[in-house]
Amino acid sequence: MLRRDLALLRRRRLANGIFVALALLATGIALLALVLILGELVLKGLGGISAHVFLLDQPGPGEPGGLRNAIVGSALMCGLGMVLAVVTGVLAGTWLAEYGDGKRLASFVRFLNDVLLSAPSILMGLFVYEAVVRPLHGFSAGAGALALGFLATPVVTRTTEDMLRLQPHALREAGMALGAGKAHVICSIIWRASRSGLLTGALLGLARISGETAPLLFTSPGNPFLSLRIDQSMASLPTLMFQYALSAYDDWQALAWAGALLIAVAVLAANIIGRVLTRGSFDT
Amino acid sequence: MRTATRDRLFEAACLAAAMVLLAAMAGLLASLAWGGWPALHKAGLSFLTSDVWDPAHDIYGAAGPIFGTLATAVLAMLPALPLALGVAVFLTELCPPPVGRAIGIAVELLAAIPSIVYGMWGLFVLAPWFAAHVQMPILVAAQPGSLLDRLFASIPNGANICTASLILAVMVLPYMASIFSELLRSVPTHMREAAYGMGATSLEVLRFILLPFIKRSAVGAVMLGLGRALGETMAVTFIIGNAHGFPKSLFDSGSTIASTIANEFAEATGDLHASALMALGLVLFVITFTALSGARLLIGREIH
Repeated sequence: MLRRDLALLRRRRLANGIFVALALLATGIALLALVLILGELVLKGLGGISAHVFLLDQPGPGEPGGLRNAIVGSALMCGLGMVLAVVTGVLAGTWLAEYGDGKRLASFVRFLNDVLLSAPSILMGLFVYEAVVRPLHGFSAGAGALALGFLATPVVTRTTEDMLRLQPHALREAGMALGAGKAHVICSIIWRASRSGLLTGALLGLARISGETAPLLFTSPGNPFLSLRIDQSMASLPTLMFQYALSAYDDWQALAWAGALLIAVAVLAANIIGRVLTRGSFDT
Repeated sequence: MRTATRDRLFEAACLAAAMVLLAAMAGLLASLAWGGWPALHKAGLSFLTSDVWDPAHDIYGAAGPIFGTLATAVLAMLPALPLALGVAVFLTELCPPPVGRAIGIAVELLAAIPSIVYGMWGLFVLAPWFAAHVQMPILVAAQPGSLLDRLFASIPNGANICTASLILAVMVLPYMASIFSELLRSVPTHMREAAYGMGATSLEVLRFILLPFIKRSAVGAVMLGLGRALGETMAVTFIIGNAHGFPKSLFDSGSTIASTIANEFAEATGDLHASALMALGLVLFVITFTALSGARLLIGREIH
């Protein structure tokens, strides 16, 4: 009897040991993937970075050149998209948190928003192509910004709602008690109290769209020259990387890696700042 | 302005913004259906069943990319599911919380890397390595006509269904791991303590306490990962080889809906070709939105 118990105990211990080792292994594999990808990115990206990257426009094969037009285009389109996303997302999130309680429409919007959060970005590109680019007969930076804006909006909406819900009810009651209207309470008390949370939403939204390639292929596929015109196609880092990475020229591929590093640094920075800010607001 | 008027205007503005989300969803579906209608109308049911994709003769059968989309996403789940569960269990149950938090952030960084960077890494690093260290040895070892040969027959260039799935697995891993972690944290502590108090090992606590408790939402987490893998575009476009039709083996080149659209849209000269790509988009919409809404219904609201 005792021997059988001991054997069982040993078997259970062994199974547990294997299980712990496997969990550790899984974590190790995930971290290894991160190190391998980031390592390669830094290694190849740093080699391509020089002053030219920021000062010259995209080159033809064998010519000297940089990424200036793409950097400016990316910044402009992401910036415009974010204006759209922040305005829509903050207001929509406010409606869900402050006005939507108990309404069936609100749970429907919330559900759709959660689904849109993970929706394939390429579909958003097709949508804007069909709705804007085709009727207007041409690619444009405006259409690109619109597609990016639609992609960032669900992120901002979701974060805004979550952040507003963290604010204590006493805050709203205090405002009301002073005779302020609901709009006034929301704008000057609730929004202000959740400032860092709202900023986080914007940063996460920006992180979501700054590396997006697919929606831009159908809306603003590129422009070899520096352009600031909203009604014409504009270059962007991801679309240029797509073109250059798949090319046969070494210097183009080097530029693609440099662009990849720039985007990754921007996205990671936005993510980390966003995370640090949220941690602060959850603490208080 | 009177307070009441201002309140009403503000509420209307907020409601209008929320309606933009509804409009975006409706517009998405409508534009894909509208744009894809000519191709769907002409091809009929054969759009879904035929694998002949011939833009030169305006014949469009999407079975190849549809199959490729489902195959890569499902194949990606095979390594992603155990890895994500392993990471989540390790972070929440086995390692000390400060270490867990640090590793958790590192794993989430994987989710922050843009898709196109995964694509470039896949093309320049993973594909050559895979071709040299996995495909070549198998090709050399396989007897012609054997099962091994049929399963893995290919041109050893690393651009195939299998490597695309590997990349997808790494890409969805952080999402699934973070949801699994949140689910595990939502299990009441006293249930764990009761089990440990009876002398259960970590493995037994997971099997008999934690997993049954999170079962439903865990299925949702897998579907969310699946939904993301189904719609992933740039990474797959770089590494899947972009061949039409059905892939003949695990290491054969293929295509997905998203990669086909991304590759061909710029060159879609004929109206019907563009329309066929829109119709592909519609199919992708239906597949991903089924998976994602199922995921959302199962996971519930509290978990991101």
